Amino acid sequence: MVRYSIFTLARNALTGHEHWPRAWRSPDPRPAYEVVIVGGGGHGLATAYYLAKEHGIRDVAVLERGWLGGGNTGRNTTIVRSNYLHPESAALYDHAVKLWRDLSQVLNFNVMYSDRGVMMLAHSQHDVHILKRHVHANRMAGVDNEWLSPQEAKEYCPPLSIDPRARYPVLGAALQRRGGVARHDAVAWGYARAADALGVDIIQNCEVTAIRRDGARVVGVETTRGYIATKKLGLVVAGHTSVLCAMAGFRMPLESVPLQALVSEPVKPVFPCVVMSNTVHAYISQSDKGELVIGAGTDQYVSYSQRGGLQVIEHALEAICELFPMFSRMRMMRQWGGIVDVTPDRSPIIGKSPVEGLYLNCGWGTGGFKATPGSGHVFAWTIAKDEPHPLAAPFSLDRFTTGRLIDEAAAAAVAH
Amino acid sequence: MLLIPCPFCGPRAEIEFRCGGEAHIVRPADPATLDDAQWADHLYFRRNPKGVHHERWWHVHGCRRWFHLTRDTVSDRILAVYPVGSRSPLASREDER
Repeated sequence: MVRYSIFTLARNALTGHEHWPRAWRSPDPRPAYEVVIVGGGGHGLATAYYLAKEHGIRDVAVLERGWLGGGNTGRNTTIVRSNYLHPESAALYDHAVKLWRDLSQVLNFNVMYSDRGVMMLAHSQHDVHILKRHVHANRMAGVDNEWLSPQEAKEYCPPLSIDPRARYPVLGAALQRRGGVARHDAVAWGYARAADALGVDIIQNCEVTAIRRDGARVVGVETTRGYIATKKLGLVVAGHTSVLCAMAGFRMPLESVPLQALVSEPVKPVFPCVVMSNTVHAYISQSDKGELVIGAGTDQYVSYSQRGGLQVIEHALEAICELFPMFSRMRMMRQWGGIVDVTPDRSPIIGKSPVEGLYLNCGWGTGGFKATPGSGHVFAWTIAKDEPHPLAAPFSLDRFTTGRLIDEAAAAAVAH
Repeated sequence: MLLIPCPFCGPRAEIEFRCGGEAHIVRPADPATLDDAQWADHLYFRRNPKGVHHERWWHVHGCRRWFHLTRDTVSDRILAVYPVGSRSPLASREDER
């Protein structure tokens, strides 16, 4: 792997940038691997990277049906935060936030992580109570979060309208200063390049068509590029988790729904942070290219269509225009949907499955991007040691049987 | 947005409806005899298929009546509409829990 630096940049500039090597190989699949990861998004690639880096397991393949980061990794609104209500969630997501901070240096790939702050708005007395409860819970869990008055919120984000005559006036806000955004594609590419350098085979255009079992054990996968044997199979396939698990012979507590987002035409820097509002349901930030990145909601029905209803976007834009009247004449350029796997308690599922040797990392629903490094890190640990990482243990599949749910549904998961 | 053929009102826009999720999940007849795994299956585990799906819909901003739909979850095409208490004309063995 060529190490990216100012010197390699200068050397390649002198030769017209025609000699940059490929960032990762494109190998044919071998007949067997020690670990096979299905899903070449951020979470899957991060898992492979940490398996090789921290656990010395380099006989790993990542199978991707399409292209790297072409699913939800390339379709989200890139928000990173860890201000979740419950201590288990705060610990898991904060683990990721800590890894985000020096990820560009660790991967030698600029993931453009920018801790510009994530501000969540309160529009009613109920919101004020809930968000203040979040602030206190987070601070007790060692996660930064602070309460802002409407004036302080306006100072932090000048485009925000705090007009008291608004239909949903801003009564205050919770601000996590360590939160922010990152470049989503770069996260997939950075992990892919670093994992490849450690010997991981990244195999694109390779769809899993069946999961082979020998009794209660997994023995391999049938793919569009032939059979691949493995004793350890990690499924990191977001919206298609139920489909893959059905191949292995069990159901999941998941429903897959389209989640939409859209971007505006690029404009000069006007928006300094990330603003989210659960009540009017919108979230917005500005990318480094200058586009406003706006998140909308999910459709109400199960779908794998990667499209969503127009009324969902309309609803989000109404909210944006009310909060930021200056954007009312902004033109939107692109709109898309990703298929997210939603659990009943809106918390992820990380750990073992009913099939021996088959591990699950799914259920991130509408908010998985922020967790990418932490998710890969704890999942690699779980696969390597065949027991859940301490941070992942509360997120086991059997919590739906024991009843020990981590209910972020009412607490935080309306908007991610 | 889906155009949903309400069996009582005719085709209407999706914003008039609420989706009630997977259909034909029968509440246990004798709840006291269920173990935790059976309860989990009843409460939380879903088919979530990529393909033919039977689901409940409620015409909340219309006639306020419930009915069932069979829909393809890849194309979102509605394949059949049928009354509560009956089986879909497209029902298959896979639908059995």
